[in-house]
Amino acid sequence: MAEETVKKKELSERQLEKLAAKRKGPKYKTSIGDKTISVITYIVYSLFAFVCVYPFYYIFINTISNNDLSKRGKIIMYPEGIHFENYKSVVDLPNLFHSFEISVLRTVVGTALTVIVAAFLGYMFTRESLWKRKFWYRFVVATMYFNAGIIPWFLTMSNLGLRNNFWAYIFPMVVSPFYIVLCKTFVESVPKELQEAAEIDGAGVLRIFWSIIRPVIKPILATIAIFAAVEQWNAFRDTLLLVTDDKLYTLQFTLWNYINSASSLKSVISSTGSSASAAATLAHAATTTSVRMTVTIIVVTPIILVYPFFQRYFTKGIMIGAVKG
Amino acid sequence: MGKAKKEVDLLTASALRKKRKGKIEFLYILPFVLLVAVFSYYPLWGWVYAFFDYKPPFPLEWKNFVGLKWFKSMFENEVKIKQLLGVIRNTFAMSGISLLFSWFPMIFAVFLNEIKCVPFKKFVQTVTTLPKFISWILVYSIVFSVFSSTGAVNQLLESLGITEPGKPIMFLQSADNVYFTQWLWLTWKEAGWAAIMYIAAITGIDEELNEAARIDGASRMQIIRHITLPSILPTYFVLLMLNIANFLSNGMEQYYVFQNAFNKDKIQVLDLYVYNLAFGGGGYSLSTAISILKSIISVTLLSVANKVSKLIRGEGFI
Repeated sequence: MAEETVKKKELSERQLEKLAAKRKGPKYKTSIGDKTISVITYIVYSLFAFVCVYPFYYIFINTISNNDLSKRGKIIMYPEGIHFENYKSVVDLPNLFHSFEISVLRTVVGTALTVIVAAFLGYMFTRESLWKRKFWYRFVVATMYFNAGIIPWFLTMSNLGLRNNFWAYIFPMVVSPFYIVLCKTFVESVPKELQEAAEIDGAGVLRIFWSIIRPVIKPILATIAIFAAVEQWNAFRDTLLLVTDDKLYTLQFTLWNYINSASSLKSVISSTGSSASAAATLAHAATTTSVRMTVTIIVVTPIILVYPFFQRYFTKGIMIGAVKG
Repeated sequence: MGKAKKEVDLLTASALRKKRKGKIEFLYILPFVLLVAVFSYYPLWGWVYAFFDYKPPFPLEWKNFVGLKWFKSMFENEVKIKQLLGVIRNTFAMSGISLLFSWFPMIFAVFLNEIKCVPFKKFVQTVTTLPKFISWILVYSIVFSVFSSTGAVNQLLESLGITEPGKPIMFLQSADNVYFTQWLWLTWKEAGWAAIMYIAAITGIDEELNEAARIDGASRMQIIRHITLPSILPTYFVLLMLNIANFLSNGMEQYYVFQNAFNKDKIQVLDLYVYNLAFGGGGYSLSTAISILKSIISVTLLSVANKVSKLIRGEGFI
């Protein structure tokens, strides 16, 4: 009792002090040290931001500049001799458009399946009535912590006939334990009464999932969709290991080929270049550098366009992940 | 008596009905359980390849059973031991440098939080997290553009007179500084993103605490040292434990895209070595044997890190 009053007194004293501090002006004392820290922080973070932005800018200005200057590394701060021939010539590159289609297709189909399955399993694993629920939940989630290794995985995929098969991009990614954990946590926060009421009204499991759970957990589904889409768009190892048919190359892999096979690329360029325009001057003629940079810009653009708008979903994702571990 | 029996019957009937319902519900998830079984559990069967002399197109046969030959062969002569030691040295160096600098995202977050100009803060946060979402191939392409012999960095060094004209620094095509440059690319890609976790933790600090400290005359550095850092240390600890658990798993993509004839001896980490062995030299069995050893050590590390976490924080992260 006595303690409490003391505490109260302290609190009121502190409040008084607070008021006094407010009246005096500055919220807390700013020393020279504090100011120096401020200045240094701004400079250092500007540098960090620059380091992250400049490479993209650098590559972009090189793709629209005089190719001869660009090849010699003279384009550093701003574009010179602006032209868009690089983008025109890249469109004619064999495989580029087709691999773009494959990338879009796997991103759309893969993301849709991953999200819907994560939501459904996340919901099913909250249902007490599910047969051996705990066991199956562990069975799925345990796969986060081990993998058999690259060769056994490769041989499994081969045995399943998933080499040179589009579904190799989709099936292994459908059940994603981490996303299922996120969904399950979210569904658990939804009031049980909602489900029970629907059940009394005679709704089945699928009906409850689709009409009640799915609309309620939309926020987390948006986050998962973004992550799954980026994962699909950036995936590269599966093409490298499983695909030899160039009809199934993804955009990432095609870019990799362009980077790697500079010499074969050169022959492609010169053949398309001469047929496309005889007047192609040195300034506009595609070089290996120009093609590599232009394709890089094309591959990175979707991410850069999407990212700022969806950043809050990304951030939300990592925070939920942090809570759940 | 009869009434009681009826009740029991009803009870068992409803229990039975419930059980049946549960099994029907299981049928709904069965296809996905099967997918997990096929893509995550079935490959474990492939570990048997480590005990056979397996040549890719032919099926396994008992006459090719070689027991522990591949495990022994790793240590059988000096050349092989040297190669494996080199790979282990690279793995330890890359993971070690990452561990050594694992405080960087935390400090990045702490001082970012000190910035009072919100638009600037948001901008920095957005652009520094962006690299996380581009693939390693794109990172390679970007690094190649900026750091190649005619790239921006070498042009800058030349104009500053640090390097002589015509003698650019070979950032990518040399075995020098491979550990450092790889750490640099990794940090460029991941640090901003890793910082978000700490920013979330900092946002969770009670504002009253800071306010009180300020009134008591604490300077900014004192607040950081005595309030902010202690509050986010638990987050750092969890991530550190995860790092330790993944000590042997650097992943292969980053090192795969950056490897070339010049830096191969320095860049080959375990994951890449396993890949190169299998798909470069056809050593399926040997590479499976190595990945089995790696898995066993990794799982051990994971459980040890989890135990340590339980001991110190009272809860694990698995």
